[in-house]
Amino acid sequence: MNGASSNRMEEGRRLRHLSDVRVGEIVRFMGVEHGCALRMRLVAMGLTPGVPVRVMQRVPGGPCIVAVRGTRVALGRGMLDRIIVENAE
Amino acid sequence: MKLRVRIALAGNPNSGKTTLFNAMTGARQRVGNYPGVTVERREGLCRLDDVEIEVVDLPGTYSLTAYSLEERIARDAIVGGDIDVVVDVVDASNLDRNLYLTTQLLEIGKPMVLALNMSDMARAQGIEPDAARLSELLGAPVVETVGHRGEGVQKLLCEAVRLAQSPEAFRPPRIHYGQEFDAALETLSARLEALPSEARPPYPARWTALKLLEEDELVAGRVADRGLREDARRLAERLIAHAGDRVEALAADARYGFISGVCQKTLRQTPQLRHTVSDRIDAVVTHGLLGIPIFLLMMWMVFRFTFALGEPLMGGLEWLFERLGETVSGWWPEGSDSLLRSLLVDGVIGGVGGVITFVPNILLLFFAISLLEDSGYMARAAFVTDHLMRRIGLQGRSFIPMLLGFGCTVPGILATRTLEQGKTRLATILVLPLMSCGARLTIYMLLIPAFFPKHLYTRVLWLVYVAGIVAAIALARLLRSTLLRGENEPLVIELPPYRWPTLRGALVRMWNQAWLYLRKAGTIILGISIVLWALTTFPRKASFDRDYAAEAEAVRARYEAAASAVFADARSEDVRSDENFQERVHRIQKIRAQYDEDVIAAPLDEGHGDRVSARLARDARLAALRKGDPEQFDLAARYLDEAREPFEETMAALALARRTEQITHSWAGRIGRVLEPALRPLGFDWRIGTALIGAFAAKEVFVAQLGIVFSIGEESVATLRERLRTEYSVLTAISLLLFCLLSAPCMATIAATRQEAGGWRWAALQFFGLTAVAYLVSLGVYQIGGMWWR
Ligand SMILES: Nc1nc2c(ncn2[C@@H]2O[C@H](COP(=O)(O)OP(=O)(O)OP(=O)(O)O)[C@@H](O)[C@H]2O)c(=O)[nH]1
Ligand SMILES: [Mg+2]
Repeated sequence: MNGASSNRMEEGRRLRHLSDVRVGEIVRFMGVEHGCALRMRLVAMGLTPGVPVRVMQRVPGGPCIVAVRGTRVALGRGMLDRIIVENAE
Repeated sequence: MKLRVRIALAGNPNSGKTTLFNAMTGARQRVGNYPGVTVERREGLCRLDDVEIEVVDLPGTYSLTAYSLEERIARDAIVGGDIDVVVDVVDASNLDRNLYLTTQLLEIGKPMVLALNMSDMARAQGIEPDAARLSELLGAPVVETVGHRGEGVQKLLCEAVRLAQSPEAFRPPRIHYGQEFDAALETLSARLEALPSEARPPYPARWTALKLLEEDELVAGRVADRGLREDARRLAERLIAHAGDRVEALAADARYGFISGVCQKTLRQTPQLRHTVSDRIDAVVTHGLLGIPIFLLMMWMVFRFTFALGEPLMGGLEWLFERLGETVSGWWPEGSDSLLRSLLVDGVIGGVGGVITFVPNILLLFFAISLLEDSGYMARAAFVTDHLMRRIGLQGRSFIPMLLGFGCTVPGILATRTLEQGKTRLATILVLPLMSCGARLTIYMLLIPAFFPKHLYTRVLWLVYVAGIVAAIALARLLRSTLLRGENEPLVIELPPYRWPTLRGALVRMWNQAWLYLRKAGTIILGISIVLWALTTFPRKASFDRDYAAEAEAVRARYEAAASAVFADARSEDVRSDENFQERVHRIQKIRAQYDEDVIAAPLDEGHGDRVSARLARDARLAALRKGDPEQFDLAARYLDEAREPFEETMAALALARRTEQITHSWAGRIGRVLEPALRPLGFDWRIGTALIGAFAAKEVFVAQLGIVFSIGEESVATLRERLRTEYSVLTAISLLLFCLLSAPCMATIAATRQEAGGWRWAALQFFGLTAVAYLVSLGVYQIGGMWWR
């Protein structure tokens, strides 16, 4: 395996959708794919780029609960596929 | 010095605004531990020394954009209103998120006082913010408060009034958005200020400039100057090109930058994403597999609680109204034809009394719901049900309004405001009346015991509720795949920490509800009962088809003859007036009445053990009584069988025939008969028809009206049930239960739907749609059931 492709894999592992994050993991919120009203609502609830987020609970195929700043927020399935997060180191 | 000061309570949802509002004004507005309890602005008054303070409570919001209805309500009140001071209620245990709204309030520039509410929680978590430092940084007074204990409320009012007297003391910090952004703001606000005052929107210039750059349509709509709007758009485009992001997002970044500066200086410790007690509860309650069973268990407990405790209370009230009816009717000589007596006994006591009897159940339901609300479970229920609700085109947040709908549909419809404006919300509003409300419970509690054996009461009641839910599911699906097809907004809801519900809170809520209900009973229901009474009483029939007086005379004569015959066989006529003998007659009557009651309560099919055991019990008691003095007992029994009971039965039948003739002649009878052809196929007669008309005004009137048509005011609910049982079949009862469950919601619901859905169109759809569904279902049940019932 050459260096370039493993680097890309590294990148691929770093950015992912919130729907792929396991319960208990802590990641950084990065942004939302399309939908500006939604994005502003998340911002108002404390989900700003770079903020650490912990997945607390998840219903298989359904919504999940995340911890962000001092609160717990439930996010619907339709949103999880659009939220991009980054591994927290 | 100002003697009148207006303050507004703004803040994040669930930060305790309404709790503070209640503490300030002594009001009892609804509070609850989930976001979105308050959906309307509410005003109240209080006084501090000489100053009268008008307090406005607002719906909680996370920001002040124009995207959602609540945010617009809050924003309009703050920006547009004549508010002197904004009190920003902040959850001190979650400062950084809460400050986001604060920064937006700072941008507006209205004098502001910060209430650090829930400071007890913050202290417990060891994240107490430094209030003095915070006050310095925000340029505003900061007061620590504990809302539900009223701590800090006086101080908060003092600071608010002081700031209102000298608004110049408020020196909000400028938030810096970046060089180019700030320059654009300067340019625009200078241009806005240069406008003649009538062309200027009634908002602060800098805030207007910011909103213009953010392309806020509502604010842009208020700026008449086309050129200015164009320039703003051009500036915004330049900013976007430069920073590579929307202006709104740039502004948000700047605000959070400001906030993290403030938090660093005022918080000793930032909140951790660590596990708390709430999280541990959530690990079970919102668990992927356990969540739904726990949810169902909760709902089951709510209803079990309501009915298990409600029944004895209801029995007590029933008894009370029976006595009242007897007392009032005793003011007139027996058999009197007085209109006033009829109005009081049949119209008022029979109508309103019949309705009030059911209050305990409704109150207990509200009590149970408010325990759920206070504990914080409601938001979890929204989370747990989201997945299922989505399958029928609704979403988890639709659940809270629907649960409230079991209490009363109108607050349920208002609570849908926490959903985004859109098709999901419309569908929720339209099917909400199918969540069977407390008022309809009065109908079920009347009908079910009348037609079903006791051991089936709860099950039948459950079936009715479930039928409503099933209908709601079916209709929601139907609506969302036809008229209201479209995207379903994703769920976003904050889950507040669990809290022990307080008994006081739940009692206050119950008391509020009781008060509302009694007011409704005393006004609307009383009014309609009287109107309906008049409709069944007038026009009075002058000459009857039969000569009732003469017939009654004849019956009485027959009775005397029969009684004499019985006593002639006895040793002496004296025994008739003998106290001992009277007593015996009375006791036999009581034993027989008890048996009749047991049989009514016992299962319908003859072979069932309950009836047999009731008969055995009766026979045993009679035998025991006979032992005392067999001779006298036999005489008493003969007297009852041959004279007394036939006499009483015939007299009752005569009175009934007379009343029926009168009612058939009345307006209600005439209207009912016009409707009858349409209602026959459902198994209803004209009497049920008139009651259904009454039910449209308010569902409780159905019970009242049946009471009036059968004029059983002085004998109350139990007698009414007996009458219904002799008049109608079980199949009619089932058809009627379903019809009342599904049909046209009450007037108040229609009005709420019109207001919230934004048009008569939807209200009419709801009214006619549900009625049509009810008609078809009842028709189907009665016709198909009729085929193999007999
Ligand atoms: N521990 C604690 N609880 C509080 C305090 N103030 C309010 N509460 C509780 O917080 C919950 C929310 O209170 P509300 O007054 O309904 O909040 P709100 O800001 O009006 O909420 P919305 O109307 O939804 O915007 C209730 O359960 C209150 O009993 C406080 O100072 N400390
Ligand atoms: Mg409130």
